[in-house]
Amino acid sequence: MSEHDKDIDQPTGVETTGHEWDGIKELNNPLPRWWLYIWYATIAFSIGYMVVMPAIPALPGMGTNTRGLAGQSDRMAVAEQVESLRTQRSASGAALLTASLEEIETDRELQQFAMASGESAFGDNCATCHGAGGRGAKGYPTLADDAWLWSGTLEGIQYTLQHGIRHEEDPETRFSLMPAFGRDRLLERQQIDDVVNHVLSLSGREVDEAASSRGADIFAAQCASCHGEDGAGDRTFGAPNLTDDIWVFGSEYRDVYNSVYDARNAHMPAWGERLDEATIKSLAVYVHSLGGGE
Amino acid sequence: MSRVTLITPKSPPPAPPPQDLYAKRKQIYPKLAHGKFRTVKWAAMVGMLGIYYLVPWLRWDRGTGVPDQAVLADFGGERFFFFGIEIWPQEAYYLAGLMILAALGLFLVTSLFGRVWCGYACPQTVWTDLYIWVERAFEGDRAARMRLDAKPMSFNKAWRKVGKHAVWLLIAFVTGGAFILYFHDAQMIAQTFFIGEAPLSAYWFAAILTFTTYVLAGTMREQVCTYLCPWPRIQAALTDEHALNVTYRYDRGEPRGPHRKGESWEGRGDCIDCKQCVQVCPVGIDIRDGAQLECIHCALCIDACDDMMKKVDRPTGLIAYDTDIAVARRAAGMPTQYRLIRARTVLYGALMVAIAALMAWGLLNRGTFEVNVLKDRSPPYVRLSDGDIRNGYTLKLVNKSGEAREMTLEANGIDGLELDVIGLEATEAGRMLLPVAAHGVDRYRIFVTVPKETAGGRDHFTLLLQDTATGELHGNRTSFMAPGD
Repeated sequence: MSEHDKDIDQPTGVETTGHEWDGIKELNNPLPRWWLYIWYATIAFSIGYMVVMPAIPALPGMGTNTRGLAGQSDRMAVAEQVESLRTQRSASGAALLTASLEEIETDRELQQFAMASGESAFGDNCATCHGAGGRGAKGYPTLADDAWLWSGTLEGIQYTLQHGIRHEEDPETRFSLMPAFGRDRLLERQQIDDVVNHVLSLSGREVDEAASSRGADIFAAQCASCHGEDGAGDRTFGAPNLTDDIWVFGSEYRDVYNSVYDARNAHMPAWGERLDEATIKSLAVYVHSLGGGE
Repeated sequence: MSRVTLITPKSPPPAPPPQDLYAKRKQIYPKLAHGKFRTVKWAAMVGMLGIYYLVPWLRWDRGTGVPDQAVLADFGGERFFFFGIEIWPQEAYYLAGLMILAALGLFLVTSLFGRVWCGYACPQTVWTDLYIWVERAFEGDRAARMRLDAKPMSFNKAWRKVGKHAVWLLIAFVTGGAFILYFHDAQMIAQTFFIGEAPLSAYWFAAILTFTTYVLAGTMREQVCTYLCPWPRIQAALTDEHALNVTYRYDRGEPRGPHRKGESWEGRGDCIDCKQCVQVCPVGIDIRDGAQLECIHCALCIDACDDMMKKVDRPTGLIAYDTDIAVARRAAGMPTQYRLIRARTVLYGALMVAIAALMAWGLLNRGTFEVNVLKDRSPPYVRLSDGDIRNGYTLKLVNKSGEAREMTLEANGIDGLELDVIGLEATEAGRMLLPVAAHGVDRYRIFVTVPKETAGGRDHFTLLLQDTATGELHGNRTSFMAPGD
């Protein structure tokens, strides 16, 4: 602004910038000089920051962003934190290895540690099939109820986790095979209908009495060797108890018919191949606590 | 009601100074004032600094395992202690209430008496006052300080400056050090701090507050109020023509001019233009220009002016706590009126009373025991092999008192309902006894089983807890889920 058109605001005696909005003029009060110096200081800081810290992204031909003198890397910082957490936990992890499952469950501190790591491992590995909290799904047993196919003790659960079910790569896996009575023509359709009526009657369901009594003979001949004469199951073969109200593959007539016709031989991987021993033990303690532990 | 135009007296605008985009700060050399407001300010300063430095050392017995510091923000233990009151993190609304009360208090006081907060109680004012006191002890009063600054460096100047900054830094460190006493046990942190064993955060906060105290009270002073603080802007919206502000009574003072002893006072104002009010001002303004953003209403100009008025044998109070409307009405020859009870003061006061009452009611009726029942969501229910239905729950028992408790637990409301607490055996009399630690939260896993005959759809039952010692009852109605409608 040149000298002659200087606009002075009368009440304050301060020069205006010449900007005006609806009659309101902007006074040209000077800014404190230290304010300016702080601005310079931030510029100086930003230059130092660019030198010390990673700052400039990869430009064509550079390959990578600038690393900075301090060698700061968030990825590395996270890796370090994970590593230090691992070291911190290794004491408890080591204690898990030496302690027996019963000791873990009775020692409050160890139990808390095992429960926490077991819960997290369950979420990562088991919940996909067995559901959060072990709620189960069709074909995947509920772990929170009181029925077990193979074993509900701490050791039994640990063994199942370690070696899996029908996991053929593991020679010690839990194994049994139910014949596919219909598909393999071991029984006629009518016979299957009879035996299904009998099986449903075992848990107190209303069925066709005549069919059921015909089925009883077939059951005694074909099924009782594994499921027991009274149908109460046998954990040696992972043969489910047919007299209770729990059905892994569904409780409808059609579900049970399909089970007899096609057989259900479900699989679970041997987690011993993928998880370390401490994690398996933690998982055993956690699964045992879900509500079905024996 | 007759309207009175408010006039702010102005000497004719001075010739505009050459404009620059940036201005160097003008060093202000406030002169020591004497008088009743200076005395009040000294007393307020001693009182408030005393509270700040001494409160962390007060003890308050709360029993074992709990800090015995009367006022403590215990972040590690997630508690806030204030004498007999213990605030848990989920009760942070008490702190919010305190903040609201403080804000309304500021509003009320500002609409009644102007910026008394700025003038007497703001930490910036209190510590600046203390720093100026130190400055005066080393370098003398206004005139001596101005002479010293104008002189070239000498041994005399050097030791005074070094001494002043050394004492400033010491005060700053004590200020920053006292701050961390509010967040840790004062006796413990005072010892560990000096042998390098205090938490890193303690050193950080002590360092940050040392730095800010030294810079804000030592070198920035009035610039903090003028440029950094939002309050001068906000208070412009809170004050009005009825608020008592430190005011130059131009109706009495103008026309101003020097006065010789023996001259008549006829036809002139009482202001003798001695500029004492300007010299004592810690923010470097002339109060005679009227209400200004920079003015912190410290009232030291009142003391300075009263001193002069006594010397020239005129009535004191040429500068005084007065309202704009009163001055304007007097200037227009009308009777003055003071209205402390106005819509806004009544509103602020009523809001304060209401919020204070609400907080007091909340504090007095707040229970020391809480029951939280968290129902398992996955699975929502489990069918057992005999067909019965079971639901899982997590019971969280919050005990805010200093006494450990033992609670009996029973459940009823659904026929045939059975209750199991994991890891707990029922007593011989069939009772569940749940121990709850003092000042803590205890968790229990419970299973509730309902026979298949009575289970169906969503049902409700009540968990009843009773303190075995006091008989205090806590009921919690919660839902039970089963398949079906």
